[in-house]
Amino acid sequence: MSEPLLSLEGVHTHIGQYHILQGVDLVVPRGELTVLLGRNGAGKTTTLRTIMGLWPPSRGTITFDGQSIGGRATPDIARLRIGYVPESMGVFADLTVAENMRLAARLGPPDAARLDWIFGLFPALKRFWQLPAGLLSGGQKQMLSIARAIVEPKALILIDEPTKGIAPAIIEGMIAAFKELKRAETTILLVEQNFRFAASLGDTVAVMDDGRIVHRGTMEALAADSVLQTRLLGLSLAAHQ
Amino acid sequence: MIQSALSGDLPRSRILSFLLLAIFVALAFAPFLFSGSQPINTAAKICIFIVLVASYDLLLGYTGIVSFAHTMFFGIGGYGVGLALYGWGPTWTSAGLGLAIALVVGAVLAFVIGLLSLRVRAIFYAMITLAVASAFAILAGQLSEYTGGEDGRSFRVPPLLRPATVLFDVPFLGVRVDGRILSYYLVFFSALLLLLAALRIVNSPFGRVLQAIRENDFRAEALGYNVVYYRTVANCLAAGMAVLAGAMSAIWVRYTGPDTTLSFAIMLDILLMVVIGGMGTLYGAVIGAALFILAQNYLQKLMAIASEATASLPLIPHLLHPDRWLLWLGVLFILSVYFFPSGIVGKLREMERGR
Amino acid sequence: MATTSSPATTDLPRTPRDLLPVFIAPIIALVALPLVGSPTTWVTLTIAALAMGSMIFVIASGLTLIFGLMDVLNFGHGAFIAIGAYMAMTVLVPLSGWVQSDALSLNLAALLLAVIAAMIGTGALGWAFERVIVRPVYGQHLKQILITMGGLIVAEQLIHVVWGGDQKPMPLPNGLRGAITVGDFALEKFRLLAVAVGLTVFIVMQLVLNRTKVGLLIRAGVENREMVEALGYRIRQLFVGVFIAGSALAGLGGTLWALYRETLTAAIGGDIMVLVFIVIIIGGLGSVGGCFLGAILVALMANYTGYLAPKIAVASNILLMVAILMWRPQGLYPVARR
Ligand SMILES: Nc1ncnc2c1ncn2[C@@H]1O[C@H](COP(=O)(O)OP(=O)(O)OP(=O)(O)O)[C@@H](O)[C@H]1O
Ligand SMILES: [Mg+2]
Repeated sequence: MSEPLLSLEGVHTHIGQYHILQGVDLVVPRGELTVLLGRNGAGKTTTLRTIMGLWPPSRGTITFDGQSIGGRATPDIARLRIGYVPESMGVFADLTVAENMRLAARLGPPDAARLDWIFGLFPALKRFWQLPAGLLSGGQKQMLSIARAIVEPKALILIDEPTKGIAPAIIEGMIAAFKELKRAETTILLVEQNFRFAASLGDTVAVMDDGRIVHRGTMEALAADSVLQTRLLGLSLAAHQ
Repeated sequence: MIQSALSGDLPRSRILSFLLLAIFVALAFAPFLFSGSQPINTAAKICIFIVLVASYDLLLGYTGIVSFAHTMFFGIGGYGVGLALYGWGPTWTSAGLGLAIALVVGAVLAFVIGLLSLRVRAIFYAMITLAVASAFAILAGQLSEYTGGEDGRSFRVPPLLRPATVLFDVPFLGVRVDGRILSYYLVFFSALLLLLAALRIVNSPFGRVLQAIRENDFRAEALGYNVVYYRTVANCLAAGMAVLAGAMSAIWVRYTGPDTTLSFAIMLDILLMVVIGGMGTLYGAVIGAALFILAQNYLQKLMAIASEATASLPLIPHLLHPDRWLLWLGVLFILSVYFFPSGIVGKLREMERGR
Repeated sequence: MATTSSPATTDLPRTPRDLLPVFIAPIIALVALPLVGSPTTWVTLTIAALAMGSMIFVIASGLTLIFGLMDVLNFGHGAFIAIGAYMAMTVLVPLSGWVQSDALSLNLAALLLAVIAAMIGTGALGWAFERVIVRPVYGQHLKQILITMGGLIVAEQLIHVVWGGDQKPMPLPNGLRGAITVGDFALEKFRLLAVAVGLTVFIVMQLVLNRTKVGLLIRAGVENREMVEALGYRIRQLFVGVFIAGSALAGLGGTLWALYRETLTAAIGGDIMVLVFIVIIIGGLGSVGGCFLGAILVALMANYTGYLAPKIAVASNILLMVAILMWRPQGLYPVARR
């Protein structure tokens, strides 16, 4: 098996005096879509933020593409071609959709073909191109946030709960988008509560609880094993479906 | 006994206990220990500033609110008592009435400012208080018909407190007990009582909520405490205590004016005393005020000597000139915020624990 | 936009613009007209207010951006005002030949040199201030306020050490003295210049913020610093740049302010800082447009009440602030945040 694109070993993260991540071991294989599951407050968002350098890890190693990135500054991590779609979406409300995209294309004006591809995935962005992003609907903001992360080719994309509060029709569009990304060999780490959505996309899966990874395996195996699902996700399935 | 007087909040450091005791003894017997008017003036000033700085610490150290309007409340107390004594004659009734009015005005102002800004963001408070306080100072200087303008007002205190009043025919411990000494003890015991009251407040359940808010206001809010309510009450309490300090000052110096009560320089002094003494400890207020005022009185003289001694060198005499005293304090202030954010008291307690 | 495809713009919902606050300024001016009585006095006061507002804006804009972008409230900003003014004076004094010359070109050249010196000086100082004073206390509001206040004390004292504590005359170039008369109205030249400078700064700022990538980054950073970093931008450098620019603007504003008063002391910054704080509070912390409007409002208020009831002139601005905060607790144009 080839070396994974991203791996976390024994990562601990403190937020202030709170010990949130308590030894996370996570592997994200190259070119695959890895789903990170877990109940509310398990530490999924904190894991993504730690990878992005938005919280510094207090212990453990984070390796991306052969180099250790733990403790580096966020912009330097992002420049390794890691895209981030935060839970809060992080669109710049005061800027137009176009301006949001212009900033996301850090290395120069976005390439026309790529923009057309994005407009194909998310037609709403094209319609509201000159509108301040703050006026978009929640789902449209989510599309913009994802679009920003993919406007330049990325090695890895971290996506935090893109389906939160989003209508099923738009979720279908998102599934299509992620499938396209997978075809383009982009590695994705997706945090998700919606198990059906996760199961339709995921190659591998990791389940978190209380700041630790409690299960790792293939999505296929988990999707087939309802006993395991109930044991690992009982709470979150009951709460979210 | 001591334990309950201090509300169970002991100094928790041997050196600190010793220093506090020394300050207490020196202040309690100042008229008998030192002769001349300079030392007793210094002692009274220390008492007054202990109250003022402790009340500020209630805000800054215990609640995490930065206010630049503390001198305004100090001034309200000074003007309230001073103008009452000036206008209505030197009687206890006018002093009491003046103080009552000042307390009400101070509390209402604190309440309104708090309501306007504490709701929004704590940082607003720093700016708004700065603006309000300087407007107040300018206003006090402008409305000269009432306030005496820039010159301020000198007034007479009730007869009992005047230097000419002699209480006993025989000297006590070799000192003639006159109205001046009585004034001093009025100031001293007010300061002592107010400090103990402040200790009581910060060690009450209310005080603990304030500290919880200072540590993390979101959490405190989440735990069901109405943060704005607590902050506003703390604000009013601190303002009230500052008003009392102003009243003490008026009684002692028998004068009130913008420079002695409202100026921004005093605000800076208070800040320096709190930070250098140790925020959030109240004992820091005592140490800070005592040290600072002693240094102000005696260090400046030293600087004058040093400045003259280096007169032949370039720049250095300017840096050492007594008027540049604030320069060094400013540097000391920055350094102590960086390196000793817990001030002298915090440092002493750390040393004790480290043993 | 720097995109090759230009998407449809047909069914765009209109961008709502919040223009209500803009009307306050003309309303104040109109209310003041009958109170002041004489139209010529009113015009003089209004022009004076616009000039003062321009100067306050130049000073306040840097401060509000620094706050918006990095959540740093720099109480030391007042020191840059004074230092800028002193530096300009230091340049103007040896150039007194040009300053007193009858040739406007020489006057302006002297002024330009002085302004450049002031801006470079305060910009460099801002860089040092950011490194030494501010950087160690990012994210700690309490310490920030205390430390920058300490920085202000030290800087003011150093002015005394370097330039002496006495009041200094600030030489206003000859060609800028006096007034241009238009009909019955006398328009003082320096005030017109101040308005021109203020407007120029405002327009340039708007252009930079809206049209350039750096400007977009600043606006995005004001809203959500972390996300800008997660897109790969090193916001620290951006912030240092804004801090330097903001300090340089304070130096420019301080120079104008000292020329306006024709004297300067080390306390010159403190006097105007109070108004600057009121302006950025009522404008909405972090908002340049709000800052511009706030500066005009404060200056109008100060000048009209200064004429009508000089004793309560300062209090009137506090009342203005209170009224606006009761209407909009976050200021006229609050900046969106995460
Ligand atoms: N800024 C913070 N300060 C203190 N604690 C925090 C902070 N952010 C998160 N936490 C705590 O860290 C824990 C993990 O939070 P995290 O957001 O990573 O969970 P999550 O798995 O993403 O949950 P969800 O599914 O609800 O998004 C929670 O207990 C949360 O309360
Ligand atoms: Mg989460």
